[in-house]
Amino acid sequence: MAQPGSTTITEGEGRKHPDGTTRRDFLYLSAGAFAGTGAALTGWAFIHSMNPAADVLALASTEVNLAPIAVGQAITVTWRGKPVFVRHRTAEEIAKAKEDDKADLRDPQTDARRVQKPEWLVLVGVCTHLGCVPLGQKPTDAKGDYGGWFCPCHGSHYDTSGRIRRGPAPLNLAVPSYAFTNDTSIRIG
Amino acid sequence: MAKYDYVPSPFMANSIVKWVDHRLPIFSLIDHELIKYPAPRNLNYLWNFGSLAGIMLVVMILSGIFLAMNYNPSTAGAFDSVERIMRDVNYGWLIRYIHMNGASMFFIVVYIHILRGLYYGSYKYPREILWWLGIVIFIAMMATAFMGYVLPWGQMSFWGATVITNLFSAFPIVGEHIVLWLWGGFSVDNPTLNRFFALHYLLPFVIAGVVLLHLWALHVHGSNNPLGIDAKGPQDKIPFHPYYTAKDAFGLAVFLIFYAYFVFFSPYSLGHPDNWIEANPLVTPAHIVPEWYFLPFYAVLRAVPDKLGGVLLMFGAIVILFLLPWLDTSRVRSARFRPVYRVFFWLFVICCLVLGYAGSQPAEGLPLILGQVATIWYFAHFLVFLPLLGWFERPLPLPASIAEPVLGGGKSGTVAASKPMEKA
Repeated sequence: MAQPGSTTITEGEGRKHPDGTTRRDFLYLSAGAFAGTGAALTGWAFIHSMNPAADVLALASTEVNLAPIAVGQAITVTWRGKPVFVRHRTAEEIAKAKEDDKADLRDPQTDARRVQKPEWLVLVGVCTHLGCVPLGQKPTDAKGDYGGWFCPCHGSHYDTSGRIRRGPAPLNLAVPSYAFTNDTSIRIG
Repeated sequence: MAKYDYVPSPFMANSIVKWVDHRLPIFSLIDHELIKYPAPRNLNYLWNFGSLAGIMLVVMILSGIFLAMNYNPSTAGAFDSVERIMRDVNYGWLIRYIHMNGASMFFIVVYIHILRGLYYGSYKYPREILWWLGIVIFIAMMATAFMGYVLPWGQMSFWGATVITNLFSAFPIVGEHIVLWLWGGFSVDNPTLNRFFALHYLLPFVIAGVVLLHLWALHVHGSNNPLGIDAKGPQDKIPFHPYYTAKDAFGLAVFLIFYAYFVFFSPYSLGHPDNWIEANPLVTPAHIVPEWYFLPFYAVLRAVPDKLGGVLLMFGAIVILFLLPWLDTSRVRSARFRPVYRVFFWLFVICCLVLGYAGSQPAEGLPLILGQVATIWYFAHFLVFLPLLGWFERPLPLPASIAEPVLGGGKSGTVAASKPMEKA
């Protein structure tokens, strides 16, 4: 309110509400509320402009043709700017992954819950430790002690189901949401 | 600066405030310069436009930073990135409309602010440097606005940039080299766009710095006032808060309604549709015009049939403002007490509007002649009328103090000595 002593304009006693509030209090609070609401709404427009834009969201799904991927081969596709590993697993890899369901897992999950068809393993290729891309896609890559992926940044080992087995990463490689659009292609996202 | 009876605000007694203030006197600064700062008691609404200009600078910087987050300063990507801002970025249309109409609002506010200064003689002793700093801000604003208009990379952007940078080619010998240097190539192209973006981002912060100097200079002698006479004592002044904070806030609300009308209902009425065509270095639009706020200067440029002459006169139209405090030989500040100057002031306003009209039209026929007449009048106003008016004009008697006419006179001539009307 007005600085005491700064003005000779006094609030007339007649205009005072019985509880001691004045018209000026009402004006002060209502003007402040309007200005505050307006500033907050405008501020939201500015903050929201930094969220993903419509064109970014429109790129949120990726189609992958599985037909050319031979057994034992793996490809990397981009989805939302991140690598997605698609591995056509061999019978041995599938068997090993199922066998390891009983192992001591840091982030327990059965292989069956991580695949839709056992021969196709689809993973977000981002290490759950600090976001590096693990090795293991190329035949010449180190695949780690468990035959899956190995993150060179801080030494996390993933198995043939992409589950974390050793190293600092806390969680399994994430499985993105995807669907088979037919027998030989999937849509990620 | 504390040439008044300073009574600290109650918050200054807070122990945390005291602790901070002892080390960094920022609360003292706020209390002295924003709260207790004594302002003439008779400031009218024309004195709102300084604070409005400051607010517009903040609005432009904020909206500009958010635009820059989505803008791509390359000839290949600029136009598309602006389209993306308009269509895909959340509230991007709002931020861009705020920014592009904000430029017009900023100039409206600043032009009124400058005319206020002209009418009430705010440039006179002891405020000459304050006036100079204002002109520096104005020039920096024009450079910033020009470079900002280039960024969307539409046809008007490109050809505006081409025409304005070519102004410098008028200078003999060095002209061509200056233009090559400005462009960073042999035409307005990617290097030009890159540097314009960099400078468009930089200059507003330079402006903010000069604004601080402008305020510093202002607070040395305080605001001028509609009477143009100096305050005689505490009865002539009132504390900035709550009187002028409330007045500025009310004026801001009215101004924001005006601004919001353009942003929400008429965002393109101040722009040019040709800028929706992507820049094409091979085709010049049939009729190039700058943004409305440059039209008077554009008319001066075209009024002269000689290339170098036009350029010099256009720059001269701004540079002459620096000399105004000495070209105006009258000691009386306010036009209220200068019956002849008051007429010439309004003729000058009309002259500027005519220049603006002439600048918006093709340079031929009647508009060209109007532009030439108004150009002569513009310079005559400063170089002939103002110096002579000081000698030949008989000013009206000045009131004895600011408080006297405000409080309805009474004992005229003794007001300065009369009892203070309030504690200031």
